[in-house]
Amino acid sequence: MFQLIMNASLLIVSISTIIFIYRVIKGPTTPDRVVALDAIGINLVAITAILSVVLNTSAFLEVILLIGILAFIGTIAFSKYLEKGVIIDHDNDNN
Amino acid sequence: MSILHWVVLAPFLYAIIIPILFTYMKRVHTGWFILPLPFLLFIYFCSKIPTTSQLQTDVFTLTWIPSIGIDFSLMLDGLGMLFSLLITGIGTLVILYSIFYLDKAKEKLNQFYVYLLLFMGAMLGIVLSDNLIVLYMFWEITSISSFLLIGFWNNRRNSRNGAIKSMVITVFGGLSLLAGIILLYLMTGTFQISEIIASVQQNSIMTDPLFILAMICVLLGAFTKSAQFPFHIWLPDAMEAPTPVSAYLHSATMVKAGIYLVARLSPVFAVSGYWLWLVSIVGIVTLIYGSFFAIKQTDLKGILAYSTISQLGMIMSLLGIGAAGVHYESETTYYIATAAAVFHLLNHATFKGSLFMVVGIIDHETGTRDIRRLSGLMQVMPITFTISIIGAFSMAGLPPFNGFLSKEMFFASMLNILEFNLFNMQTWGLLLPIIAWIGSIFTFVYSMILVFKPFAGAFKPEKLATKPHEAPIGMLISPIILVSLVIVIGLFPDLVANTILSPAISSIYGGGSYDLHIYHWHGFQPELFMTIGVILAGILLYKTREKWTTIYRVFPTILNRLYDILRFKTEGSFNSLTNRYMVGSLRTYLIYIFSFFVFILLLTMILKDGFTSDLSNLAPIGAYEIGLSFVLIIATISILFAKSRLTSIILLGAVGYTVSLFYVVFRAPDLALTQLVIETVSVALFLLCFYHLPKNARKKESIPFKLSNAIVSILVGLVVMLIAISSYSNKLFGSIAEFYVENTYKKAAGENMVNVILVDFRGFDTLFEIAVLAIASIGIFTMIKLRMGGKKSENK
Repeated sequence: MFQLIMNASLLIVSISTIIFIYRVIKGPTTPDRVVALDAIGINLVAITAILSVVLNTSAFLEVILLIGILAFIGTIAFSKYLEKGVIIDHDNDNN
Repeated sequence: MSILHWVVLAPFLYAIIIPILFTYMKRVHTGWFILPLPFLLFIYFCSKIPTTSQLQTDVFTLTWIPSIGIDFSLMLDGLGMLFSLLITGIGTLVILYSIFYLDKAKEKLNQFYVYLLLFMGAMLGIVLSDNLIVLYMFWEITSISSFLLIGFWNNRRNSRNGAIKSMVITVFGGLSLLAGIILLYLMTGTFQISEIIASVQQNSIMTDPLFILAMICVLLGAFTKSAQFPFHIWLPDAMEAPTPVSAYLHSATMVKAGIYLVARLSPVFAVSGYWLWLVSIVGIVTLIYGSFFAIKQTDLKGILAYSTISQLGMIMSLLGIGAAGVHYESETTYYIATAAAVFHLLNHATFKGSLFMVVGIIDHETGTRDIRRLSGLMQVMPITFTISIIGAFSMAGLPPFNGFLSKEMFFASMLNILEFNLFNMQTWGLLLPIIAWIGSIFTFVYSMILVFKPFAGAFKPEKLATKPHEAPIGMLISPIILVSLVIVIGLFPDLVANTILSPAISSIYGGGSYDLHIYHWHGFQPELFMTIGVILAGILLYKTREKWTTIYRVFPTILNRLYDILRFKTEGSFNSLTNRYMVGSLRTYLIYIFSFFVFILLLTMILKDGFTSDLSNLAPIGAYEIGLSFVLIIATISILFAKSRLTSIILLGAVGYTVSLFYVVFRAPDLALTQLVIETVSVALFLLCFYHLPKNARKKESIPFKLSNAIVSILVGLVVMLIAISSYSNKLFGSIAEFYVENTYKKAAGENMVNVILVDFRGFDTLFEIAVLAIASIGIFTMIKLRMGGKKSENK
């Protein structure tokens, strides 16, 4: 029963990921894609968590944290890029 | 080190101090400093004549590279003695002549004498070496120093071309000689000539499959060096060298190195019929070709060059025929050919040296060497005329000069060979004396041209650039000494016969002593009538030469044209060939690399029948793997068809993240962590690159489809897949992972096995991966910084 629930939730998250991927590929604008990617990142967190439950291990908890951080940083970087055209500002550019 | 070693090395050592002498002793012609050296060497060799004429052979060995059997060992026997006397004796005369020929203010004398001494030492090394590798080393030094000497006036185009031509041809022969030496080593197990000859006499190597190949390689070396047909073409072009060089290198010494080699290795190869036929046929063809084309020349040195070719051919053919003597140990009839070869070798060096010097004098005093502009010099240059008439008559084979004696012996041995009943000599052998006779007629004709065209007739000073007069006495000394040798040897041939010639013959045959007697008059033999016939036909041809020399228009200079085609046309075609495949496009090179990769791997797999698939040790496939693979495949394929680059980058990121999910599924947490971080960083880097693309290249278009690319990439994927399947199906032994599982905690105090392997069990790899990262970061830093620095300096 537990196994079935886990598999079912994994399936659901996967399907949602595939739909996000459709948005990444199809997405008419770049922000669409970026948001979809961010959501994929969060979905990956979920998938990793469920997988570590299925595999019965605690070795992947760092991965979960890392994906969270990376998804955040990545999305911020993308957003900044889309907004300003640069990710890391030069000192001179502020003036 | 024995004295002989010092003798061979002396010219090299002396060459070192020549530039010093040249720089600090400006007032004296540098040649005067050089002159004593070859003279001393000559005296040394003369003092050794009693030893060699007793057939005592001294071998002096100096270990050089003993581990591979290369020793600097020298041997002084009859043959080496003959050549050493020629090299040092004529070397002395040539240096004396060059002192007066080359101007001390205008010419780069230091270079000239350095090259000449290099050559002299190398030539002595060739004829005295007992080790084939050492011989080869000196052989190549003669090629190089000859190249330098031919191109001595390197501001002239013809000199440079002649130098390159001789270099290309003789080095080609030299390399083939090296191959021959190595083959001989494979057959006999030694590089020492004396040991090779001894081992050949014990057990014949004729049946060895490498024998013929070794013979051909050695002969190629000898034929190219000695300007035999069809490799003779470099010699006429080498006449651009200063005349002392032509006299020394291209008549007396270097071109005889091939003769020396053939004579020296005769005991090894002479048992074979191929050797007899190859050497004598090439020699006789060279003889007639050289003498025939010598008549066509209008340049005096051109005549002498072709004459040298022809005379070398004669000596070569005599050596070939002399090989017949090996088959009849008791008969003395056949060794007369070798005697003739050795004798003519000596004679040719004397009269050809003097003739070259005469031509140099004419050139020096009149400013031209063209026989069409020279005539009647007899009145102004009587001594030169006397020298040249003696030299030329000796070359034509007239009594009482030494050329007559060797020409008679030549005819005699050509007739003797008819009685030789091996190797089809009875059927085809008749051609040899006939060709030899015709060649001698041509020899007579060009000798007459050489002496009578410039000297006889009416004196026409208006055709000449300078006012001709007799040469200074210093220039005349050397040719006078040479022609007196011509006369002395001609009148008293026994002076050299048993002291120098017969030890040389015995070292060619390796037998006991040969009692050699050379007579001017040996009755009404057929060879005498042949000589009379040569003189009569020669005079007839010389008188009527205006009528028949038109036939030379029929004979184009096909060999030189072939060389030009080989050298220049092939250069162009190879150039265009290279341009055709080295197109400069990376895509094409990648196609080459990948196609070759596919080709070689598929071929190996097919030839070795390497494809195996063993399904027994496969793990069961889970649903997650299928799902992830599906995502991975979709993402990968989408990259190929993405319209914008941004999409490609994002899809690439998706691939990377999926791979990290695979790591999760396959239970590799550390890999998953690293993969995630790295993927993020690299996607960021890609975005950075994307932003910096030039504006006009930012066209948003999909990758254009190319069929070749598709085929190659599909094949590469396929091959890699096949190899992966095959290698997975061929697990030969188990994994060593058990060790790590057991000892990670016990021995290394860690629970994370991946990390323990990285820093403990196999920490060295990690160290250098850190180094790689350091290099990469420093590299990136310098690339950015240095470019900016460059910009700054541009702004200034």
